[in-house]
Amino acid sequence: MSVRRALAALVRAGRAVHWYTTTLLGDHDYARYVAHVARVHPGTDPGSEAAYWRARHAEQDAHPGARCC
Amino acid sequence: MDARTQTEQIRTDPDLPPVAVLERGPMPASRRVLFTVVAVVGAVAWSVVALVRGEEVNAVWFVFAAVCTYVIAYRFYSRLVEAKLVRPRNDRATPAELHDNAKDFMPTDRRVLFGHHFAAIAGAGPLVGPVLAAQMGYLPGTVWIIVGCVLGGAVQDYLVLSISTRRRGRSLGQMARDELGRFGGVAALIAVFVIMIIIIAVLALVVVNALAESPWGVFSIAMTIPIALFMGVYLRFLRPGKVSEVTVIGVALLLLAIVSGGWVAETQWGQDWFTLSPVALAWWLAAYGFAASVLPVWLLLAPRDYLSTFMKVGVIVLLAVGILIARPEVQAPAVSTFASSGDGPVFAGALFPFLFITIACGALSGFHSLIASGTTPKLLEKESQARPIGYGAMLTESFVAVMALITAVIIDQHLYFAMNAPAGVTGGTPETAAEYVNGLGLSGPPITPGEIERAAESVGEESIVSRTGGAPTLAFGMSQVLSSVFGGSGLAAFWYHFAIMFEALFILTTVDAGTRVARFMLSDSLGNIGGPLRKFRDPSWRVGAWICSVVVVVLWGAILLMGVTDPLGGINTLFPLFGIANQLLAAIALTVVTVVVVKKQLYRWVWIPAVPLVWDLIVTMTASYQKIFSSEPRIGYWAQHRAFQDAKAAGEETFGVATSPEAMDAVIRNTAIQGTLSIIFAVLVVVVVAVAAVVIVRSVRAGGLPTTEEPDEPSRIFAPRGMIPTAAEREVQALWDARERERATTGAGS
Repeated sequence: MSVRRALAALVRAGRAVHWYTTTLLGDHDYARYVAHVARVHPGTDPGSEAAYWRARHAEQDAHPGARCC
Repeated sequence: MDARTQTEQIRTDPDLPPVAVLERGPMPASRRVLFTVVAVVGAVAWSVVALVRGEEVNAVWFVFAAVCTYVIAYRFYSRLVEAKLVRPRNDRATPAELHDNAKDFMPTDRRVLFGHHFAAIAGAGPLVGPVLAAQMGYLPGTVWIIVGCVLGGAVQDYLVLSISTRRRGRSLGQMARDELGRFGGVAALIAVFVIMIIIIAVLALVVVNALAESPWGVFSIAMTIPIALFMGVYLRFLRPGKVSEVTVIGVALLLLAIVSGGWVAETQWGQDWFTLSPVALAWWLAAYGFAASVLPVWLLLAPRDYLSTFMKVGVIVLLAVGILIARPEVQAPAVSTFASSGDGPVFAGALFPFLFITIACGALSGFHSLIASGTTPKLLEKESQARPIGYGAMLTESFVAVMALITAVIIDQHLYFAMNAPAGVTGGTPETAAEYVNGLGLSGPPITPGEIERAAESVGEESIVSRTGGAPTLAFGMSQVLSSVFGGSGLAAFWYHFAIMFEALFILTTVDAGTRVARFMLSDSLGNIGGPLRKFRDPSWRVGAWICSVVVVVLWGAILLMGVTDPLGGINTLFPLFGIANQLLAAIALTVVTVVVVKKQLYRWVWIPAVPLVWDLIVTMTASYQKIFSSEPRIGYWAQHRAFQDAKAAGEETFGVATSPEAMDAVIRNTAIQGTLSIIFAVLVVVVVAVAAVVIVRSVRAGGLPTTEEPDEPSRIFAPRGMIPTAAEREVQALWDARERERATTGAGS
């Protein structure tokens, strides 16, 4: 019983780490954007994932963010 | 929950669940016990660190002292700052909610945003400064890193983040112009630009010193460029959006690059190709900075950033675990003789003010204000979350600085000085270095040349004598900690180069992003002059981008080359300039914050930003004064300048550490540039502070002045106040989740 509980806790922790790293790095950004478009401009085509990242990077090209020392 | 806690739910729209929860009441008894225990443990740890002498001090006490202080400061002091100055309202929409475009503006989960913000503020600064400051012993550095952060650095980051959030996420430069007027704003803008240049140059110098004559290091770092290019192409054309996937691949390749660096450094061709002199490396770095500035972001910058974020968090966790398991003994004295005499070889000058200049990042870092304004505020879900993110992330950075200090004070002190004293005094060979450090009067048995050679061998390097800049020392200490926990002495060389790679990666990220930012600042400023220069404002005009990139790279590249070839040793002449620049930027940020507080008539609490501001001004102005006017050539740039000029006029061919007429000319030129830069920095900041003083007097006379805060807009989303949601907040979150599910099902049905 306690082994099973420990395993479940381990799985939960693993999922949390996975969620955190993928969200931090930006894996879910496109899905978020699609949801955003569906909410704010319903009916418009959000475009492909490749197009979304192209636009994101073009944006970063035009507005660089600083990194600290 | 305590029965006396009052909970109030706040709604902005009757059709929506509450957008915020207010909870008032005394602290529950269990919490009081917890914080009492933390305070007692902290007090015990501080007594051990401050009072126990000799070899009994274990590095773990530093960790306890730091963490307990952070917990108490976060729970009590940052709450005070919140209640008296920030006064966040979670029923008010943040810029992220209001202007949500799922790109630069978007409400971001507080835990994820904490990671982003931390990755953006943490760089090589908090790692390098404490290592250099270790020449004064462990105590002054530890106290300043922790106390300076709690009362200064974290307050600055938190308040800048908060006021920028109330202003649509405007940048520090824009806020300075808005709150101080045009003149003060222009001075602040120029100061930010010049400071940026010097910071890039000095960080690049740290990398050069870590990689010069080290084929292993050069090979591994060089490999990061093809790895980043591969990642960029992969994300662009093969699998867009699979960021964590490509990062895992990238990190695996990175580890392979470190391991294979050891093999390459063994071969003849590897040594021929990758053994670079400091000057050659400086040129390569300048070329890299230029390329990174003009190449598209997706190809080089974005993938490097993923690698760097991943490594940053990973290595810091690894080091913390390593220190807790290895529990190394401290070798350095609490306070060394160099603290009062001011003639230490690592950097010149007495404890006051130069310790506070050397440990800039980690305690109070002006550069953070550029991140805390502009980027992070546009992602904040709720105003109250500025506290865990602004204040909390800075506490974490301070903790990183404490760990960096630990790595420097646990290594043999003779070795520490052999690595960190400039070649002019150590002579560059194990024999001369041993003779030099044995003459310093350090505690412990003297070191032999053989021991210095073996230390270099153990980490797979030809020599570790005069590897100044802090990075090699940190890597050495880290490899000592990590190899005692993971892998034994067989892996010491791997861990050393792992640490070097990790620092170089940080620094290169700052160099390339910084060059880009500076390029944009330059082209914006040129464009604003108007006339034919207006064309510079167009970011897609490639010629303009190239011109501005060249100018920026030439500016920092020249300072870098100057540092690399400086007969006096680049780090000990340039690092104070870096520290002063960073602290002056903090002065500008704290000035803007103080002006806002005064304009809002929060006079009773104006000391919260004013105390760190005044302290910072005293430190930086004293340091600048000494650097400009000191008659001691070791400290004053102009005194050194005159001493060499007089020697030249007297027909000398060698003088001090300069062994040729060319070297003497180099010192004369370098000290003139460094002295001029010190004057420019100090004057710009005095201008900003003077303008601010005028605005403050005007505001007090007028009984407060309007600030440029945006009008209130009601919020329509919910998020917890802090990092961990309370029970009442979980209930409200459940309402929102239920609403979301209901909408999803009805949406599917319609």
